Amino acid sequence: MKKHLPLIIFAGLCVVPFMDLSSYVMHILILVLMWSVIGMAWNILGGYTGQVSFGHAAFFGFGAYTAGLLYYHLEISAWWGIPACVVILTALSLVVGYICLRLRGAYFALATLALGEICRVTAENLVDFTQGNMGIMIRERTWVEKTWFFYIILFIAAGTFILIKTVMESKLGYYFVAIREDQDAAESLGIDTTFYKTISLCLSGVLTGIAGAFFMNYMGYIDPGVVFPLYDISITTVMVVMVGGAATYWGPIVGAVIMVFLAEEIRSLPYIGAAHMTVFGVILILIILFLPNGIVGDFRKLLKPFKSKKGASS
Amino acid sequence: MSLIEVKDVTMRFGGLAAVADVSFVLNKGEILGLIGPNGAGKTTLFNVINGFYHPTKGDVYLKGKRVTNLRPHVLCKLGVARTFQVVRPLQRMSTLDNVIASAFIRAKSKAEAQEVSLEVLKFTSLYDDINVLSKSLPLGKRKRLEIARALATQPEIILLDEAFAGLNPTEINEQIDIVKRIRTERGITILIIEHHMRVIMDVSDRIVVLNYGQKIAEGTPSEIGHNPVVIEAYLGEEHNA
Repeated sequence: MKKHLPLIIFAGLCVVPFMDLSSYVMHILILVLMWSVIGMAWNILGGYTGQVSFGHAAFFGFGAYTAGLLYYHLEISAWWGIPACVVILTALSLVVGYICLRLRGAYFALATLALGEICRVTAENLVDFTQGNMGIMIRERTWVEKTWFFYIILFIAAGTFILIKTVMESKLGYYFVAIREDQDAAESLGIDTTFYKTISLCLSGVLTGIAGAFFMNYMGYIDPGVVFPLYDISITTVMVVMVGGAATYWGPIVGAVIMVFLAEEIRSLPYIGAAHMTVFGVILILIILFLPNGIVGDFRKLLKPFKSKKGASS
Repeated sequence: MSLIEVKDVTMRFGGLAAVADVSFVLNKGEILGLIGPNGAGKTTLFNVINGFYHPTKGDVYLKGKRVTNLRPHVLCKLGVARTFQVVRPLQRMSTLDNVIASAFIRAKSKAEAQEVSLEVLKFTSLYDDINVLSKSLPLGKRKRLEIARALATQPEIILLDEAFAGLNPTEINEQIDIVKRIRTERGITILIIEHHMRVIMDVSDRIVVLNYGQKIAEGTPSEIGHNPVVIEAYLGEEHNA
């Protein structure tokens, strides 16, 4: 049963478009899947390899702008952005890795935080190239219906899930975790930590970029404030993984479900709706205090109070 | 034949010379003990040999080749493995996964890495604990896990940094047995830092004594035990009596 769970969920999601759901519900589901991809991508670097990044907006935005600029300057379909991302984001990751990965812990986090902001400010000011704050608009959308967008992001998410599972069960996965647990020990056991951290960053960056390129195609409009923001992308990415459970296969997915629904719900509340980031902050503090391994990581702990009430004898 | 040669190594941190002009040779097949009071520079010397530190002066040679400025993972690939004084297992991984992670350096497939790891875990008698999370192992077993991880890289030389510290007498005897078998059954050369005089006198062929970063003596255990300089600097009055 547990072994087939991914397949069952995948099959279930495949039939969702036939259920005649409203366009709004489909939109939410697409966002959930997109955030799952971003969360899983972040998890490779932050969860498994232990290099916490506060700048994943940089990768997301780069992906989105890769797609957008291909369309705007070369007048080809923005969908080419997805394959182009693999090249562009690998290059970006190598540069970022060369500069930032020599830093450890909080210093690495700070460097990535700066990276995201640098990208945003650059995109705002390179007006000739990126249109600055006017943003890039795709005039003719590929589809009006959401069905195909849903299938595309579903396949991207499934692909990401399989890729991560394969990687984590291979030599790479062992090395990533070894680096997270103790970089010096890993180094002295023959692991080229710089090299493997760079690989982890490339994987994470490319997958985040693909999600960004999808976002460009799906939303049809981007500007620096939408794809490079610190709060709405970088911090939310960290939250998705922390809430769901870092270094677990299902954590980012569970986190994406919760965060997207929460964001939608809180935003529609009167008075506190505008302060949804504050609410997220409080949630994050509570999660770190009580469920440091996230909902998936601490699932047993969550069940405990219910169990002890039912069976006092056990 | 000398496997490792440490030549005039000086390691300064600011004004302090943690190691000053130390030279010695580690011969193939021997167990060389490295002793000295706290702060004598033993671990610093390990870090220099291992590539964590690049010495201020002097060089380290591995089989005649200069390896002074290589990084630790390169040295590991060349056959130098080490353990840490403060045990550093990969906490949230099982014992087996810990060892597999280091076996991958030479293993071509996961199956091969697992095979190597299981053999090493049997050798260090940790076979019953392969599925235990390494952070929940008691200290004695964690010390053995350190050795197992180093062995899984299939080294020619192993550097043991206080592999006996904090163990009870029974565990010490088991550990002595393992250290001796590393040489006899696996043909691995050993450089060992140790505080326990009983252990170091028992396992070493030769001993190098450091004090305040300088080498003050070198010789067989019985020579060291009778060396007045060493007794004064290190063994203290207790031994004199």
